Amino acid sequence: MSEVKNVLSLHGISKFFPGVKALDNVSFDIRPGEVHALVGENGAGKSTLMKILAGLYNPDQGNIIHQDKHVKIRNPLEARTRGILLIHQELSLSPELSVAENIYLGAWPTNFFGVLKKRKLNKDSLIALSAMGCDFGPKVRVGSLSIAKRQMVEIARAQAFNANVVIFDEPTASLTDTEKEQLFNTIRELKARDVGIVYISHKMDEIFEIADRITVLRDGTVQGTVHTKDTNINLITKMMIGRELNTFFTRANSEIGSEVLRVEKLCRKGEFENVSFSIKSGEVLGLYGLIGAGRSEVAETIFGVRKADSGKIAWMEKEINFPTPRQAIDMGLCLAPESRKEQGLVLNMSGKNNVTLPHLVKYSNYTVMDWRRELATFEKYREVLDIKTTGADQEVVQLSGGNQQKFVLAKWLCNEPDLLILDEPTRGIDVGSKSAIHALIAGLAEQGLAVIVISSEMPEVLGVSHRILTMSEGRLNGEFSGMEMTESNLINAVSQHLEQTA
Amino acid sequence: MKQTLVKITTEWLMRNHIWAFLFLVVIFFTFASPYFLSINNLSNVLTQSAFIGILAIGMTLVMINGEIDLSVGAILAVSVALSIGLQNSGLGIWTSVMLALFSGAMLGFLNGSLIALSGINSFIITLGGLIGIRGLVFVYTGGDALIVKDFSYTEYPEIYLGPFSITAIIFLSLIAFFQWFLTSTKHGREAYAIGDNAEAAYDAGILVKRHVVINFTICGFLAAISGILLSMRLGTAEPQAGRIWELWTIIAVVLGGTRLTGGYGSMLKTLGGVLTLAVVQNGLRLMNTPNYVELIVMGAVLILALGLDRLFTSKTRENV
Repeated sequence: MSEVKNVLSLHGISKFFPGVKALDNVSFDIRPGEVHALVGENGAGKSTLMKILAGLYNPDQGNIIHQDKHVKIRNPLEARTRGILLIHQELSLSPELSVAENIYLGAWPTNFFGVLKKRKLNKDSLIALSAMGCDFGPKVRVGSLSIAKRQMVEIARAQAFNANVVIFDEPTASLTDTEKEQLFNTIRELKARDVGIVYISHKMDEIFEIADRITVLRDGTVQGTVHTKDTNINLITKMMIGRELNTFFTRANSEIGSEVLRVEKLCRKGEFENVSFSIKSGEVLGLYGLIGAGRSEVAETIFGVRKADSGKIAWMEKEINFPTPRQAIDMGLCLAPESRKEQGLVLNMSGKNNVTLPHLVKYSNYTVMDWRRELATFEKYREVLDIKTTGADQEVVQLSGGNQQKFVLAKWLCNEPDLLILDEPTRGIDVGSKSAIHALIAGLAEQGLAVIVISSEMPEVLGVSHRILTMSEGRLNGEFSGMEMTESNLINAVSQHLEQTA
Repeated sequence: MKQTLVKITTEWLMRNHIWAFLFLVVIFFTFASPYFLSINNLSNVLTQSAFIGILAIGMTLVMINGEIDLSVGAILAVSVALSIGLQNSGLGIWTSVMLALFSGAMLGFLNGSLIALSGINSFIITLGGLIGIRGLVFVYTGGDALIVKDFSYTEYPEIYLGPFSITAIIFLSLIAFFQWFLTSTKHGREAYAIGDNAEAAYDAGILVKRHVVINFTICGFLAAISGILLSMRLGTAEPQAGRIWELWTIIAVVLGGTRLTGGYGSMLKTLGGVLTLAVVQNGLRLMNTPNYVELIVMGAVLILALGLDRLFTSKTRENV
């Protein structure tokens, strides 16, 4: 192969934060028409590198060459005018503005007096949208669109600004499989137009599907850049964490005891219907389905966050109805919700206070807090779960996703529950913490705890569960155990129902 | 065809609930007091509402931007004091007015710059302004009321166009202009983007800080306009002029439906909020309600109208 020209290359980039070397002499290049994946554990420096490309940070050392010119990207506007576009994980759109206004945000066409040229704005946006194959118009309010469509609005910016480099940061985190396929098609189209693409993700299967080259970062340094076809998941993982992960998944070797929870014909209009299942102590039950299938809604209904329209819930073989989560928690049922940052933790509170938050009655004498007991609990679970934190008072917002998730677990484990529902327990956290959490799940089940693992990651469900239920469009449509638990069975179960309703 | 018209009207009312509420209030007072529904009285209500109304225009702009300005009452007092004080010290009427307007804009600029440069919350900065600027007024007036010497100054508010006083006309024109400004200029629309998602706006290359400075300057300038109109009407400059008006202004804006958190609102909503406040106050006075009862009713109205807003927004959300 002849030498390919780079559209953008970074040489010897370093970036220091107080006390931390976030990037150390990093070199990275992007060729036109290629998808270059950037992988690494949380805290490896991916986001810092990405923010430098997007003009949000300035590097302390090193230089950037864009289209054969030495450049400095001082702010986001400069990045965009050069054709470098960042598509955030948490989308950067204004919900109250229209699609067209969002596409051209910051670069609206105006006349001499600053009056908007709305017609031109809408016309240009329509061109960009139709080039992307979008089925919504430029005048729609962005707040009324689904997450996948909002992402399309962001990608339409690439078209509108004639981007030559597009950076995707965890783009599939909240997409369903079909939406993911659409996204991949869009990426391939961008590729065909010679746009250089940086793809940041935790999901290895996606990276191997879409990327041409992979660069691995660890502790702020480049571990290597490889062609996708010359490598495999194990090699990449080894580069990422610096050791080999022999067992990704650990299935609990536990004794299955008596029934803990039974759900019969649970219905909630517009969300799910006729959901029936049961779980015994010591059992790990996987609930597989795509986001939007109604899995989290079922969990929240059992937990008392939502009210069921009809159906029965039996706890320890007695019929029960938790009016609010308080009663559920007191009875020994705990839910670690899907979104860690919004539902799972109070981000600006310390780790210790987050852990004891639902159980303050137990940690106080006549409403006065007993901080010694609190601290003892915190120290106990810090050790058990191997949480990396500077101390009891460190705010959880400063921790990595994996450590945050461990605090969510600690919060419920110190209540010594009988049933733990984990909704997407490893979303957005790095491989190392992931396997730690999987091992933990197995350990808990072996101690006799019943665990429900809700996940849209198939390998995870297959790896940790004794039994798997599949769910799509608000219905349970399959139950698998033992040798039946295979990828193809799960896919068939989920997609069959989709076809029937289509 | 008729059905779609009904549908469009109900939808508009759902998004601009305050106008439906205003309509109910007007009907109530029409039956409650024989003096209420007369051109003379309504023209009066409009004129009286203009002072808080003009403050509310600036406040709406700042709030859509995601900020708040607590110093508008104090800036109004500065402008009242300067426009009369400077005249009395020998400057011409219009020179004094211009200087008062300029000082209002400069105080707004100062507010905006401090917020943009320090990154301190606008609530805190303008709370400082509320106290400090009021102090300036006391220093300037020496604590006493200034009385205008040239009485031709107080004749301007007597200009009428049909039932509309010049004060009301200025208020309504400003509403119309700023409604257009919000919907059709780059600066106006970008204010929504910033209030809605400041990070997204910054990432898109919008100069967020410049917007803050410009909007606070406009807000100060409008407070000064309101102050000048008030000084013409009263002919005196009380150092306490416009005290707690910032609260009534915020109440009017929020009553209209503009969000305290930013990113959502309009001048037409604010107009509805301002008029509702003025109508309720006027109606209660026509019914000879004691002053303290008036306050209780006004408080209840605020909560009631916002309850209506919540009911409607939750309904429209379910429809989506």
